[in-house]
Amino acid sequence: MANIKITLRKDDVEKLKQVCKEFNNEPGELINVLHKAQGIFGYLPAEVQEIVSKELNVPVAKVYGVVTFYSFFTMKPKGRFPISICMGTACYVRGAEKILDEIKKQLNLEVGATSEDGKFSLSCLRCVGACGLAPVVLIGDRTYGRVTQEGVKEILAEYDEM
Amino acid sequence: METIKINIDNKNVEVPKGSTILQAARMNGIHIPTLCYLNLDDMNIENKPGGCRVCVVEVEGRKNLAPACATECLEGMVIKTHTTRILNARRTVVELILSDHPADCLVCAKSGNCELQTLAQDLGIRQITYKGAQSTYRMDTSPSIVRDVDKCIMCRRCEMMCNTVQTVGALSAINRGFEAVVAPAFEQDLIKSSCTYCGQCVAVCPTGALTEVDHTPQLIRDLADPTKTVVVQTAPAVRVALGEEFGMKPGTIVTGKMAAALREIGFDYVFDTDFAADLTIMEEGTELLDRLTRYLNGDKEVKLPILTSCCPAWVNFFEYYFPDMRDVPSTARSPQQMFGAIAKNYFAKKIGVDRKDLVVVSVMPCLAKKYECGRDEFKENGDPDVNYSISTRELAHLIKQSNIDFNKLPDADFDNPLGESTGASVIFGTTGGVIEAAARTAYELFTGKKLEKIDFECLRGLENIRQATVDFNGTPINIGIAHGLGSARKLLECIKKGECNLHAIEIMACPGGCIAGGGQPLHHGDASIIKARHTAIYEEDKNKPIRKSHENPYITKLYEEFLGKPCGELSHHLLHTHYFDKSKVEICIE
Repeated sequence: MANIKITLRKDDVEKLKQVCKEFNNEPGELINVLHKAQGIFGYLPAEVQEIVSKELNVPVAKVYGVVTFYSFFTMKPKGRFPISICMGTACYVRGAEKILDEIKKQLNLEVGATSEDGKFSLSCLRCVGACGLAPVVLIGDRTYGRVTQEGVKEILAEYDEM
Repeated sequence: METIKINIDNKNVEVPKGSTILQAARMNGIHIPTLCYLNLDDMNIENKPGGCRVCVVEVEGRKNLAPACATECLEGMVIKTHTTRILNARRTVVELILSDHPADCLVCAKSGNCELQTLAQDLGIRQITYKGAQSTYRMDTSPSIVRDVDKCIMCRRCEMMCNTVQTVGALSAINRGFEAVVAPAFEQDLIKSSCTYCGQCVAVCPTGALTEVDHTPQLIRDLADPTKTVVVQTAPAVRVALGEEFGMKPGTIVTGKMAAALREIGFDYVFDTDFAADLTIMEEGTELLDRLTRYLNGDKEVKLPILTSCCPAWVNFFEYYFPDMRDVPSTARSPQQMFGAIAKNYFAKKIGVDRKDLVVVSVMPCLAKKYECGRDEFKENGDPDVNYSISTRELAHLIKQSNIDFNKLPDADFDNPLGESTGASVIFGTTGGVIEAAARTAYELFTGKKLEKIDFECLRGLENIRQATVDFNGTPINIGIAHGLGSARKLLECIKKGECNLHAIEIMACPGGCIAGGGQPLHHGDASIIKARHTAIYEEDKNKPIRKSHENPYITKLYEEFLGKPCGELSHHLLHTHYFDKSKVEICIE
C-alpha cells in the first residue's frame, strides 16, 4: 500500500508467518491470528495486516474491516507501559472517572493516545474481574487497586526512572 | 420436488421445501418489499444479509417479526405480510434509514432509479419523524467510480459483489455502529486499492452511493467547440440495452435508432466499436493461430492457453493478482483502444485533421473503459487515443437532454469507414462471443476451408465456467470460457497448477459479459433482463449479412491501405500493448 512507512523486524515477521502456519493459514482464523499478531507487534500497523492478508488469503480490506470492528485491536502503537482504567460498574461508581481525569491531567494524554516519548498509552476497559479492588488501574502487567485521585501521582512516580 | 403447505395472507399454498418466505410470497403473487436483498438466481449471485429489516413479516406463534428473505418456510406455517404491526415496523425502518440519508433526491444521479426512493414512495412516507445526527464521509472519485458514502445504506451488496462474486476484495465494511462504512483497506481511495473498476458494485448499488464518473458535461462542451471534430464509437452491448432507458422491452435492438440519435446529438462521425472488434479478431486470432501452430509443431517455449485481453477490468485483475502470468494473455488491445488508435492515426489523416483536434468518444456498457482510456500507454505525447468514455446510462441522459424522442427516431446507419462490422463483432457483447468470433476466423485461416456452420452453439450459454472442444478439421481445439472475475480466478488457478489442457480462453470480468456491465441500465436484480440482452446479441449477429471478421471489406481495406498485415510492425505499435505488475506491496523488513 502506498502509505506504508514503518519498518518491521525480520524476526517478528517470521514469528507472524509461523503463527499463520499454526492456524493452517485458514481464512476463518483471521481473528485468532490478529490477536497473536498484536501480541507480537504490540499493535496492528497496515504492514502487519498486509502480511496477514497474504498469508491467510483474505482481502486486506476484510482484514482492516475486522481490525476496525473490534475495539481490542489497535492500529496505533501502545506505550511501553500501557495504562488501562477499568470503567466497569463497580469501578465507575467508586470514582474511576476521577482517576481517569487525574491521569489525563498528569500525563497530558487523551484516551486512545500514546505519549510522545512512547512511554505511556491510555485506554479504558470494562471490568477486569477484580471488583473487590475497585477502582482498578492496570499499568503494563501490574494491577493497582483501591486507587485514589491523590494516589495517582505516587503510582506514576514509580515509572519516573524507567 | 418435495413441497410443503403454508398459509400466506389467508391463502393456502404449496411451495417447494427449502423456500424462504420471500420466495414463497413471490411465487404466489405477493410482493414483499426488500432493500438489501438481491438475487440473480441463475447467475449464482445472492445477497441476503437480513440486515435492512424491510421485508419483515409476521409468523404465527413467533414473538418477533421475521425477515422474509432469510426465514425458511416450514410445514403449516401461517404468515401475514401486511398487518398494521408490519407496516409500522417497515415504515420505522425506512424512516430511520432516511433520517441518516442526505435528502438531495432532486439532484442525485440516481434519482428516479433509486431503490430507496422507490421504497419510500411505495410506503407513502411523507415526513421523517426521526431527527438526529447524520454520518458524513469524504467523497472518493476514481477514474471510473464515484463513492458518496453518505448515501450508503449498508446493504452490503457492493461488498458481496466485490468479494464473493468478483474476488477482487477492494471493498469491505469497516468500523462499527454509526461510524460503519464500506471502504477500501485503510480507508484509502479506490484508486489505491485492488479495485479493477469492473463496476459491478455500481450495478447493484440501490442508492446513489456508487455511481460512475460523468463525462457528459465535457462531451457537451466538445460538441459545441467548432475547432473540434468529434467522433463516437459504440460498443456491441449498448445497442441491446439502451432501449430500456426509453421504456422499451429488455432485449430490444436499437442499433439504428442509436446511430440516428448520436447524429442528432451532433457527433461529426458516428462509428462503431464493432469495426474495431473485427480488427481485434484479426490481431488476436492471428496471434492465437501463431501460438497454436508453433505449439502443435512441438515448440516448447510457446505459452498456451492464450487468454483474451479485450476486457479492461480483467486486465487490471491479472495485473494485480496474477502478475507472474502476464505473458499469457494476448497482447492485443481492446476494441475500444484499437478504435482510438486507428481513428487518431489513420482516420484523422484521411480527413486532414490534426489528432489533437479529433475528439474520440466511446459509448460503453462498462466503467473500467473510463479508466482504460486514461492509461499512459494509450496516449501519444499526452494525447489519449480515446479521449473519454461514457456509459450506456450517460448516453441515455444525453439523448434526453438533447430533446430527442428516441422511440420515434427512424433507423440510421453508421458512417464509414469505421462503422462497418460483422456478426462476429456483435457477439463480443456477451460471454462466449469473443472466442466464438475468433473461432469463426481462426477456423478458416487454420484449415483453409470455408466454415459451413457459423454458429458455435457449444460456446454459448450463461454458465460461469464453460469448456468445449471445437473441431478444426481434425485438430481438436480446447476452449475455455469464464465470466465474472471469481470464475476467472478459478480457471487461472487451474492453469497455474497445470490442471487444464486448454488452447484458448475467453475471460470477461462481468457475470454475463458486457451485456451486464457496470455502465448498463440497472437490472435491479432481475436476471431476465440480462438474459433478454444475451438473446438479442445473437439475434443481431444473425441479422448481419457478413458474420466473420476477416470478411469485413473495410478491415481488408484498412490492412491494404495502412496496416500491412495482422501482427505486422504497424499493428504491433498501434494495436498491441504490454502489461504491468501491480501487485507490489512494499513492506520494509530489516
